[in-house]
Amino acid sequence: MKSIEELEKIRKETLEKVNLRKDRNGIRITVGMATCGIAAGARPVMMAILDELGKRNITDVVVAETGCIGMCKYEPMVDVYVPGQEKVTYIKVDENKARQIVAEHVVNGHPIKEWTISSVE
Amino acid sequence: MLYRSHVMVCGGTGCTSSNSDRIAKCFEEEIANKGLDKEVQVVRTGCFGLCELGPVVVVYPEGVFYSRVKEEYVPEIVEEHLLKGRVVKKYLYGESVTEEGIKPLEETAFFKKQQRVALRNCGLINPEDIKEAIAFDGYKALAKVLTEMTPEEVINEIKKSGLRGRGGGGFPTGIKWEFAYNQKETPKYVVCNADEGDPGAFMDRSVLEGDPHSVLEAMAIAGYAIGANHGYIYVRAEYPLAVKRLQIAIDQAREYGLLGKNIFNTGFDFDIEIRLGAGAFVCGEETALLNSVMGKRGEPRPRPPFPAVKGVWEKPTIVNNVETYANIPAIILNGSEWFASIGTEKSKGTKVFALGGKINNTGLVEIPMGTTLREIIFEIGGGIPNGKKFKAAQTGGPSGGCIPAEHLDTPIDYDSLLNIGSMMGSGGLIVMDEDNCMVDIAKFFLEFTVDESCGKCSPCRIGTRRMLELLNKITSGKGEEGDIEKLETLANSIKASSLCALGQTAPNPVLSTIRYFRDEYEAHIKEKRCPAGVCQALLKFRIDPDKCKGCGICAKNCPTNAISGKVKQPHVIDQDKCIKCGTCMDKCPFDAIYKK
Ligand SMILES: Cc1cc2nc3c(=O)[nH]c(=O)nc-3n(C[C@H](O)[C@H](O)[C@H](O)COP(=O)(O)O)c2cc1C
Ligand code: SF4
Ligand code: SF4
Ligand code: FES
Ligand code: FES
Repeated sequence: MKSIEELEKIRKETLEKVNLRKDRNGIRITVGMATCGIAAGARPVMMAILDELGKRNITDVVVAETGCIGMCKYEPMVDVYVPGQEKVTYIKVDENKARQIVAEHVVNGHPIKEWTISSVE
Repeated sequence: MLYRSHVMVCGGTGCTSSNSDRIAKCFEEEIANKGLDKEVQVVRTGCFGLCELGPVVVVYPEGVFYSRVKEEYVPEIVEEHLLKGRVVKKYLYGESVTEEGIKPLEETAFFKKQQRVALRNCGLINPEDIKEAIAFDGYKALAKVLTEMTPEEVINEIKKSGLRGRGGGGFPTGIKWEFAYNQKETPKYVVCNADEGDPGAFMDRSVLEGDPHSVLEAMAIAGYAIGANHGYIYVRAEYPLAVKRLQIAIDQAREYGLLGKNIFNTGFDFDIEIRLGAGAFVCGEETALLNSVMGKRGEPRPRPPFPAVKGVWEKPTIVNNVETYANIPAIILNGSEWFASIGTEKSKGTKVFALGGKINNTGLVEIPMGTTLREIIFEIGGGIPNGKKFKAAQTGGPSGGCIPAEHLDTPIDYDSLLNIGSMMGSGGLIVMDEDNCMVDIAKFFLEFTVDESCGKCSPCRIGTRRMLELLNKITSGKGEEGDIEKLETLANSIKASSLCALGQTAPNPVLSTIRYFRDEYEAHIKEKRCPAGVCQALLKFRIDPDKCKGCGICAKNCPTNAISGKVKQPHVIDQDKCIKCGTCMDKCPFDAIYKK
């Protein structure tokens, strides 16, 4: 190891893979970021979520990338885990929906039923 | 490869012995069968702490906790939870399931009052993958120290944190490092004490198994601070899993250039070797340990000179405990003020305890200093099984003492424990209930020290043996007036005249049980009675007249004709003739004979 930058690079790369395990306490949002998710536009969704949380100064919510959930046709998908509640899976999320999910579900505690997977299954 | 779900299977020694490895394999097979192996990852971790409920499996992202997992559960968990996304509540840790739903793990009684510093990564990472350690800030403190801090600054930071040695003595770590730093002699050495000989203790083993990199990183930081380029980890060969994971960690750290030459291109070299110990308790004593590291007999020697002056190969050396090291990177990254804000005035930070004995949640816990024994035993530990009454807790193992119910509310730290006649020790905490005989407990610990005394000095070698003889006399019903005083006199002279702390502390369990449970000693001596019903020789066989049908079978079988009685009338045992063979109790078809 020749530099801190090198260490930082490994840290960031690996953290993406294991961040999912961090902080068992608060709300957690995961975004499907496998090939299909990215192809469907998951990256701007992720950025929108981070941006929206940032604007509202929310720091205790963990946003993690996750792998393929196996339902590629519904990508981009976002899962919201609120402690003590069943997870809520949103499908075909775009930037606009992502911002509203943060506002309504994460902040106000009201899941937006019409966008969840249970609305189609 | 990004996985959507992580199945963390505990690979600590506790769960491994309840066959967690098989469970991990089942998960892998089942996940592959369902074609989920590109989506779900199985990770073998270190101890989660709830070893009693092993094998333990935690599934992320939900962070739910399956306990006592059996092979048969695996297909259902994979099918329902991992494939369909429905947590299988019936297999979850019962504590975490409530009417409203599933509590996050941190909210359960076991975890709520814990604060994980030394154990921060145990259960969170795969200890055999250095990248996962790095992901959770591993080696970041080393990078900071090497590129931004002088050795003096490092030592100052540790001094300001208030960190004290976790191996038993509680000596301030920063001051120890400063002594070694001030020595002119070179080369210097960094030693990690992973001997962990205290019966019932497994704190250090769990750190080594769950997060070995935290110790390697801290040793390198210590090396930089005192000016050493070489480290030794002294670990007992009886910890094969810890040794294996340490070796993997060392190899990976070398491969990544985090050990070896010119680390972070700063010109600092540091490397670490493992030394295996044969598992003698005295080898945990630092001077004996140094001898053993050098391949000599593991015998203590007088101090001074302290290891900081003359240690391995007669060179300046620091010896620190595993848990002490595990705290170092966290202090460097979060700052001494953060660390000093946890704990009590003179004991900063957290302490790991291994809970054992008569307690529901046997396992590993890490609590801020100043937590009370009551919180540890009744909240985190889940209380005493079978509704029994708490009697005492032993801390400090064979060097410590017992703490009775009246002191349950003492905030635990180094000084408060000494005040009530016990000590912090390395973190073993054994709970005793009303069925434990305190004289018998004292005997157990003394038998241990008698066996483990290295024999170099006579107060310890002979004195502890004399004390044990007195205890045997008392528990076998031959105790005499004055025996308690004899024990006390012997104890005090052994404490005063032994060479090393093994001998100096060996009488503590006897002294503290006399201090708090003198009446039990007296009952054994004066009334020839063991109030807890433990000491065999003091038990009497009796016949319950209500249950006895007068069949006479016991009388026929008694080898000494101690039983008499008329047919169909309750029989009685003549205690003077009875030799306590127990035959009558086995033979009585009506369970009329009991021991008390
Ligand atoms: C009989 C005896 C056994 C000991 N066993 C251990 C041990 O297993 N692990 C340990 O770290 N310290 C043990 N110690 C304490 C060490 O001598 C030493 O104080 C300690 O390793 C220093 O590290 P620390 O300041 O980080 O606690 C033992 C001491 C005695 C007298
Ligand atoms: S006190 Fe006991 S263990 Fe220590 S040196 Fe003396 S005989 Fe050996
Ligand atoms: S314990 Fe043995 S010796 Fe005593 S009464 Fe029963 S059979 Fe006889
Ligand atoms: S060994 Fe698995 S929880 Fe302790
Ligand atoms: S002698 Fe009393 S029941 Fe057997």
